[in-house]
Amino acid sequence: MELFLQQIFNGIMLGSTYAIVAVGLTLVFGILHIPNFAHGHLYMFGAYIAFFLMTIVGLGFWASFFASVAVMGAIGVILERLAYRPLRERPHIDSFISAIGALMILETSVIVIWGPQGRRIPNPYPGIIEVLGVTMSYQRLIVIVAAVSMILLLNLFIKRTTLGATIEAVAQNREGAMLVGIDVNKVSAITFAISAGTAAAAACLVAPIFIISPTMGALLGMKAFVIVILGGLGSIPGAIVGGYILGLLEAMGGGYLSAAYKDVYAFGALIVILSLKPTGLFGKEVA
Amino acid sequence: MLLQARGLSKNFSGLVAVNSVDLDVAEGELLAIVGPNGAGKSVLFALISGIVKATGGSVYFRGEEITGLKPHVIARKGIGRTFQTTALFNQLRVVDNLAIGYRMRTSSGLFSTLLRTGKWREDTRRTMTRVAEVLEIIGLKEKAFHFASTLTQAEQRKLAIGIALMGYPKLLLLDEPTGGLTEEDTREISRLIARLHKDLKVTICLIEHKMRMVMELARRIVVLNFGSIIAEGAPEKIARDPKVIEAYLGVEHVAGSP
Amino acid sequence: MNIRLKGRWWYLAIFLVAIALPHIVTSRYVGQIIIMGYLFSIATLSLNLILGYAGQASLAHAGFFGIGAYGVGLLTKEGVSFWIALPLSALLAAVIGFLVGLPTLRTRGSYFAISTLCLGVIISIVAGNWVQLTGGYTGVVGIPTPTPIRVPWTVEIRFDSLVAQYYLVLAFLILTMFAMHRVVYSLTGLSFMAVRNNEMLAEAAGIDTFRVKLTAFVIADFFAGLAGGLYASIMGSISPSTASMELTFNWLVYLLIGGAATLGGPIIGAFVIPIIMESLQFLAQYRMLIFGVLLIVVIIYFPRGTMGAILQLGEKWRREWRKRQEEGTGVAASQRP
Repeated sequence: MELFLQQIFNGIMLGSTYAIVAVGLTLVFGILHIPNFAHGHLYMFGAYIAFFLMTIVGLGFWASFFASVAVMGAIGVILERLAYRPLRERPHIDSFISAIGALMILETSVIVIWGPQGRRIPNPYPGIIEVLGVTMSYQRLIVIVAAVSMILLLNLFIKRTTLGATIEAVAQNREGAMLVGIDVNKVSAITFAISAGTAAAAACLVAPIFIISPTMGALLGMKAFVIVILGGLGSIPGAIVGGYILGLLEAMGGGYLSAAYKDVYAFGALIVILSLKPTGLFGKEVA
Repeated sequence: MLLQARGLSKNFSGLVAVNSVDLDVAEGELLAIVGPNGAGKSVLFALISGIVKATGGSVYFRGEEITGLKPHVIARKGIGRTFQTTALFNQLRVVDNLAIGYRMRTSSGLFSTLLRTGKWREDTRRTMTRVAEVLEIIGLKEKAFHFASTLTQAEQRKLAIGIALMGYPKLLLLDEPTGGLTEEDTREISRLIARLHKDLKVTICLIEHKMRMVMELARRIVVLNFGSIIAEGAPEKIARDPKVIEAYLGVEHVAGSP
Repeated sequence: MNIRLKGRWWYLAIFLVAIALPHIVTSRYVGQIIIMGYLFSIATLSLNLILGYAGQASLAHAGFFGIGAYGVGLLTKEGVSFWIALPLSALLAAVIGFLVGLPTLRTRGSYFAISTLCLGVIISIVAGNWVQLTGGYTGVVGIPTPTPIRVPWTVEIRFDSLVAQYYLVLAFLILTMFAMHRVVYSLTGLSFMAVRNNEMLAEAAGIDTFRVKLTAFVIADFFAGLAGGLYASIMGSISPSTASMELTFNWLVYLLIGGAATLGGPIIGAFVIPIIMESLQFLAQYRMLIFGVLLIVVIIYFPRGTMGAILQLGEKWRREWRKRQEEGTGVAASQRP
């Protein structure tokens, strides 16, 4: 029973991370109508920025956290401007190729600067508490609290602020939004900044728990895609629900099934579900 | 009756675009569909040609139900169409654009292609013959080897009609084929459509905003507003129909004059 | 229909050079590079079919290469003749492609791209972890060279020497180019390009776009598997890195820079770029960085790559020539054959 609860706790922590990253990805998809293949690498890069600031510059955890979010937000804007905007009118495949170029740049930069091996970020909140026989480290609790807060904030932002409503408007109908006078370019840039910033935030939260490496983004990025497709491209609730489902499944599966193949199951499930429901679990009719 | 729609409806999560439309198109006729912007005309075409799935009602073509079939299946049954925003294969030449329109009438598959069998040669020959024919009909022989993106607006419209013609369609759905064209170009397209109707005996369904052109070409007009048919009949009768006048006066836009 | 066998003389010239090459080049090292170039050309040519011509982002290409490689590697080690193992493995790659394509090509292009990306990763993970079958991360070693062919009443052709392997791979490359040429310059190839250019119009024009995409995908995967099988037998050993995403990305770069949607482009890319990278050894660690930048620059500014630029220049010259002829004789160009 204790093992079960432990897995639930881990699952919630993982799920919170996945949910944040997936929401960022789905936000961008709503605006661009194409997936940002470089999303996972933005996550990875965010972790490395924090690593750099904490270990080499010597900043504290939270200072590095916010700095990383800011830097990655800027990089997100640059990515949109240089790699996606010029290809807006072209067939989607051109944007995929551009995104692959971007992720190659991000991954190699990290390897060139900091080397291919894994790195550790010191844990700012060591220590654990025991609840109902479940070991909860402070860091993991912080991940859950911070991630959930971010999700709630994002939701409030989208639903309650003008900017959020503008983003939704552009996502629903780009041409209509342009006609009404909305600066679609600015909205795209801001959405990308949010997307990259939240990915960086998630990475910084989780980095002290796991080892960071140049390839950590690729796998996570792909999981984010699986979540976003299953939840329906562009659907924020779908991304959140999907993120937690995947997190829990992984925690349970990793505990009881073979660790090496757990990723395979997720991807395999994707292909199966797509054959049954091509628009994803929460997806809307293809426009 | 070539085409029959019964109770055809489309509801976009609450927004009713097409509201229980009954439509009959007789073989050999030229029917014009008019109505203010947003009346649901293009959506109606999309429903008939299979691009959008109907939320209610059915469509019959030559006695066979085609509701819910995929667009390419409907095209193969003999319905050709053009789009409001000119759709072409921009990176390909005019001849290749046309050739694609005939592909559905050929049957050579992968093996005949790899081995260049007699069937493949026959298909290719028939394609080239038909391309030459249609080039003549639409009057683009001079620009046969030009890239579609280099054509003028009017030429591009003609090419779009040409692609739809390649497969010997029984019914042609033309969605605002003269949108944005000058007076002269409009008359040229109008003449082409008249020729298709009279000389080649193609049944045509035409969405248009230019009332003069509509009055000249069509023997029967259907007026759509807010997704429903508000009037139907001969041009003179439509022009005097109070509901039609109200629908148009109620909206800013009236292109040309009845 | 625009079937023009452009540059027939170019093909002949290059063909003769290729035949004579083993007698000109004696360095073993260079020979191996060229053979690798040929194999990667086959891989890039097939990627070109699904990505360049049909416009679908298949990111699992190295995975299919790997399926072909492991198929041949494992079968020939069990004693199966290379000449049976090769087509079988290529067919296996095609079948897997067909099964994956069925659900994923029915929907929007993004889903296909993501699914193939995931598939590529799955294949690498399975190759690395299914220790009983694939030997895990150590891979498969000791793969025999292609089984000797006994030509009745005469010689036995052996494939142990580099020269023999060179001609073998060259033969398959020519076969691939031949097949690609036949497919591309036909109504089938035209359908591929139609789907890439304007899928909605293609559907409205009566083309079963799903079937077209699936066909392109399956053919591409077959040839990828073929290249992989050859690779296994010639290299003698393979590992999960034979099916890695990095390899797919490399081919993507070769394809884009060489020229997507052209027949010569993939070959140019697959040769020129590795050679350039080999000679610029000091840049080795920056390779993927440079490739990344090139990818973005090329797709935005030179989508048809080097070959595309060459063809464009050729078009411009031809138009100039035609115009000058017109002015000279007053006869319209369209009346010329």
